[in-house]
Amino acid sequence: MKSNIRIAFEKCQNEKRPALLTYTVAGDNTKKKSLEILNAIAPFVDIVEVGIPHNTPVADGGQIQSSAYRAIKNGIKIKDIFQIVKQFKKNKNTKPVILMGYYNNIYQQGENTFLRECKKSGVDGLIVVDLPWPENKVFSTKCKKQSINFIQLLSPTTSATRMRKILKDSHDMVYYISMLSTTGGKLKVSPKIILKNYSKIKKIIPKQNVVIGFGITEKTIGSLKKADGLVVGSALCKAISSSLEQRKNPVQGVLNVVKKLKAKII
Amino acid sequence: MLKIKKKIPLIDQHDKHYLYGGKFGGNFIPETLKKPVEDLTKLFAKLRYDKKFIQERDFYFKNYVGAPTPFVKLNHLTNHLGGAQIYAKVVSEANGGAHKIYNAVVHALICKRAGKKYIVGDTGAGYAGKMLSMAAKKFGLKCKIFMGAKDIIRQKPNCDSIRKNGAEIIPVYSGSQTLVDAVSECMRYWVSNCDTTHMAVGSTVGPNIFIKICAWSTAQISRELIIQMNKEFGQIPKKLKLINCVGGGSSAAGFWNEFMDYNKQQVEFVGVEAGGPKKSKLHAAPLTNSSKIGILHGAAQYVIQDKDGQIGETSSISAGLDYPGISPLHCFLKDAKRARYTSATDEEALQAYKLVSKLENLSPSLEPSHAFAEAIKIAPKLNKNTIICVNSCGDAKKDRAIIKKRLGFFK
Repeated sequence: MKSNIRIAFEKCQNEKRPALLTYTVAGDNTKKKSLEILNAIAPFVDIVEVGIPHNTPVADGGQIQSSAYRAIKNGIKIKDIFQIVKQFKKNKNTKPVILMGYYNNIYQQGENTFLRECKKSGVDGLIVVDLPWPENKVFSTKCKKQSINFIQLLSPTTSATRMRKILKDSHDMVYYISMLSTTGGKLKVSPKIILKNYSKIKKIIPKQNVVIGFGITEKTIGSLKKADGLVVGSALCKAISSSLEQRKNPVQGVLNVVKKLKAKII
Repeated sequence: MLKIKKKIPLIDQHDKHYLYGGKFGGNFIPETLKKPVEDLTKLFAKLRYDKKFIQERDFYFKNYVGAPTPFVKLNHLTNHLGGAQIYAKVVSEANGGAHKIYNAVVHALICKRAGKKYIVGDTGAGYAGKMLSMAAKKFGLKCKIFMGAKDIIRQKPNCDSIRKNGAEIIPVYSGSQTLVDAVSECMRYWVSNCDTTHMAVGSTVGPNIFIKICAWSTAQISRELIIQMNKEFGQIPKKLKLINCVGGGSSAAGFWNEFMDYNKQQVEFVGVEAGGPKKSKLHAAPLTNSSKIGILHGAAQYVIQDKDGQIGETSSISAGLDYPGISPLHCFLKDAKRARYTSATDEEALQAYKLVSKLENLSPSLEPSHAFAEAIKIAPKLNKNTIICVNSCGDAKKDRAIIKKRLGFFK
């Protein structure tokens, strides 16, 4: 059976546009609000990534850190995150949901328990920032057995040989990190170079769905629309932060940005 | 039970996933860091057996760090407590005032060999930062130090030194604004700049290679101590206790390393964690208080955390021990029962400082004062044939303000 993730990419390919993937942190700024945000943006988004907030995130920049700290401060727990996904899936059960987080939050639940909860709530895929290949081999196999996509990451520092090995173990989507940076950094590499690296991946595995993330904003998204998919995270976290600062509704703030992003890639 | 192998350096007793005892350590790092970590691993694997590199290290340890640091008997303290004979390895006499200089010098030498001009590091008590800034200056490297905003205030003297050495201090305002956040922020910086910059983790924590480099560097302490003990006693004492404070665990790893193969009935290792304020639930003692294994800063270790895996808040009067995790090497030593771990509270450390500084010509910083607290506790119960050696691994100058405030005096 085709995964929701694969179907989502096929739909975008038919429409000759890249998939739009969003990343927002579960529980930012509250459990209820973060679900409202997902529901509001879903019609404009192809795949939603839901961040598992962690309080020592070594690969995240300031915006996502702020979102994560805010969510934890407001009491979000892992079990709440599964409830958010479950609620979201109630209405939009084919919209793929990818959980993204750090390994310790999975490790403390136990890999098997965690995957069971993923399955129960309808999670389609997982990105684990600090569980690289080959350390992720056992876990990614477990994911596959449960029909949950384990999404491998590639970066500009990944060598060609290593890239081949990682791609061999990839499922329905891989994630290319655009530059040497934490999330939300200013795009310090030209889109041309990013797309050149992207083509190298596509050359090895033409049918794979490759998304690009890190440093993607309203300003930069248009120049990368050749990719199969584009991930925007920090820009949305920033929208939540500034809405809260201005005492406005973060749902509207995020929705506005998502609509603008979508307009740039269709 | 886990077992320590004999005749193999402790740092090399990991499996192919870089796990000690199959469960501690590893490389839980973002993909971007895989290559720089691998490059550094290869480079260090070569350098540690390179005669010229070792000559260079020894040259700077001798002429720049000032090896060997003194090994002295604390006669007054011994007489006062009336029990075991108490000695100190006064590592704080090393250039800069603490053991952090060994790791800093080695990292600076590696950085040069790697052809990088920039070096970054984290610091808690400020010693790792101060030493890295010294080494950077000595070897002509540009240096940035990441430090929690809370630590910048409480360890001002070391910050002044860092700046005087021409390094930049990057204050970290996230989380608890202490060492744990400094290490995270430093790793983030490295993720973004690993093509031009070398990272020096300040203790035996982080991805495996940093644990190795650090413990390999601080091993100098026990290399010296073995010679000094043989000279003092004609042999390694029949009953010896090596007491060391542990935060990240770099000084203890170095203090114990060369004694690893001795029977533990003969040479006992005692690690003293930070128990935090007496009436508080907060502490920085994951081994003493049986914290669960978790992933922190790229490595699996016993770490203070909640059920969900969020890293817990810590509290200690000593910035250098105020860390929720602990080196995977110490987790391994604990589970293999080669070392015993306990904790001392803020108050006990302060009282230990008071007694030691009153009786002896010594002014240990708040970190080794935790180790002295344990020595003071157990010495009276032991007979005079037992030798206790405390690693006095830091100088109290940086703690002047805290000690003055809490005790009303500073030596």
